[in-house]
Amino acid sequence: MAPGINNRVILGMLGVAFVVYTAFVYTSGTAAEHLAPMNDNERAGAQVYQDYNCVACHQFYGLGGYMGPDLTNVISKRGDAYARAFITAGTATMPNLGLAEDEIDAVVAYLAFVDKTGTYPAENYEVQWYGFVAQEDDPQ
Amino acid sequence: MMAARSSVAGLRFMRLGMLALAAGMFFGVIGGFQFLFPDFLRELLFTKTRPLHVSLVVSWIFLIAIGGIYFYLPRQCRFGLWSERAANWHFVIFTVTGLVIIACYLSGQFGGREYFAFPPVLSIPIFLTWILFGVNYFKTLRQETEPWPVYYWMWGTGIVFFFITYVEAHLWLIPYFRDTMIREIMVQWKSYGALTGSWNMLVYGTALYIATRISGDGKLARSKLAFSLYFLGLFNLMFGWAHHTYIVPSEPWIRSFAYIVSMTELFIFGKIIWDWRSSLTEWQKNAYCNAYRFLIAADIWIFVNLGLALVISVPALNLFTHGTHITVAHAMGSTIGINTMVLLASIFYVIREELPLEVHAGCSRQIRFGFWTANISLAVFFVALILAGIGKGAYAGASFQEMMLIIRPYLLVFAVSGVAMMVGFWIILWHGFRLIGVIQSSETIRYAEAEPA
Repeated sequence: MAPGINNRVILGMLGVAFVVYTAFVYTSGTAAEHLAPMNDNERAGAQVYQDYNCVACHQFYGLGGYMGPDLTNVISKRGDAYARAFITAGTATMPNLGLAEDEIDAVVAYLAFVDKTGTYPAENYEVQWYGFVAQEDDPQ
Repeated sequence: MMAARSSVAGLRFMRLGMLALAAGMFFGVIGGFQFLFPDFLRELLFTKTRPLHVSLVVSWIFLIAIGGIYFYLPRQCRFGLWSERAANWHFVIFTVTGLVIIACYLSGQFGGREYFAFPPVLSIPIFLTWILFGVNYFKTLRQETEPWPVYYWMWGTGIVFFFITYVEAHLWLIPYFRDTMIREIMVQWKSYGALTGSWNMLVYGTALYIATRISGDGKLARSKLAFSLYFLGLFNLMFGWAHHTYIVPSEPWIRSFAYIVSMTELFIFGKIIWDWRSSLTEWQKNAYCNAYRFLIAADIWIFVNLGLALVISVPALNLFTHGTHITVAHAMGSTIGINTMVLLASIFYVIREELPLEVHAGCSRQIRFGFWTANISLAVFFVALILAGIGKGAYAGASFQEMMLIIRPYLLVFAVSGVAMMVGFWIILWHGFRLIGVIQSSETIRYAEAEPA
């Protein structure tokens, strides 16, 4: 037997709110209409990034592993050649993963795509009195 | 009184869960040293050790929680499982899939997603096992004629939301989500927030079940406070995820809403355990001293993690803590200090119930040693991560290597305390694994008379 009627009503209301909220998150909340969608080469780069489990060590927007640096803006801050050199040769901490030339091109294209989505860490921001942060370098 | 069917399935899950934790900690320790010495076990890259560690310890949480439910329902709550065969298939499919996932990691076959680093095709059998589990759970509880105590709600909610979050975590396979970077990240972390919420429902439900059984006071699980905890936890599960993504340029309303949904559920959960503690007699504390001790440790870690969670939920502070080891301290502090302590309480509660004369069912010297070693080293581990996170957050330069050199001493303490913590937990797990095996092999567990709930 299911529990009390009041509990079921609360559960139902929360369920409806969750569905509505989720619909907004899936659509308008994350539309990012100012950004072009991923093209085929960038998509191939995203796949390479996943195939080699780069997220184990690297981050986008501070989300991911901690062994290597955040890569959100590596292209605009360091340039294509810098990223390409690291991927090609590896470093003391990052292994040379033996990527093919077309895989490296795709990953660099993917990193350039990510770079255009925003800035991390935030550089221009204002902290509101109630603790919220207005980020002025947010591309929106 | 009615004859309960076999409770063996639950014990199998518990033993598998203990193996998963023992192995997961081992890979975690290797990963900790690879942070400091990248050439350490170079053949076993960090890209392999990290997912091995994460997948195994997440499995530990689910396996013990699932094992408890499969054990408690037939053994103590009067409800024979709707299908023992489904429970056995659940175990077999999960075990085989887990072994394939480990083989994939070791051979470098990745899906490359945080938490779900295995090839996505392997999500299909895991999803299937949850269908078996969910159907079995809800069909079994149809035997209940009274209003449900809160732990039945929590377990059921954990099961349902695992389905939702699991589907959501795989939406990136659809171009609509994958091709818009912001949407892809936000939906991914929305699903992970609910994933954590779903396992918290299973774990907190287990804690309340054990607390209710030890105290013998059924009102605890039917009180308004307990249901307040449940609904607040559900609210957080549904809406309290976006503090992970304050910094991702989504629409501001998502970020503002996340800030408003503060992490208050831990406070109420902590209060329930605290109230329960003061209601116990000395006899109850002594009789169930292991389970009691682990629950009290969980309670203390709740308050520690609550403080940290509140700090990192303030966007102005999150700006500096996000992407640093402070986030790791929060994740590790919660999964080890709260979830693992509650799950160990569940294991030792079962041992005390089934083998009351066994020396390690009580607070033996070895269990005490393991308990204190694990908790003290966890405290050191936690502080080292926070200091490393402060070092990273405060670093104003542009060189990642330079920043890593600055925080290296803290990471060394983190790695060494990780070894001590592993030793402490291994001692506890050794006795837990052995004694659950003794219970599993006894004839009485298969066709025992169940007690009234």
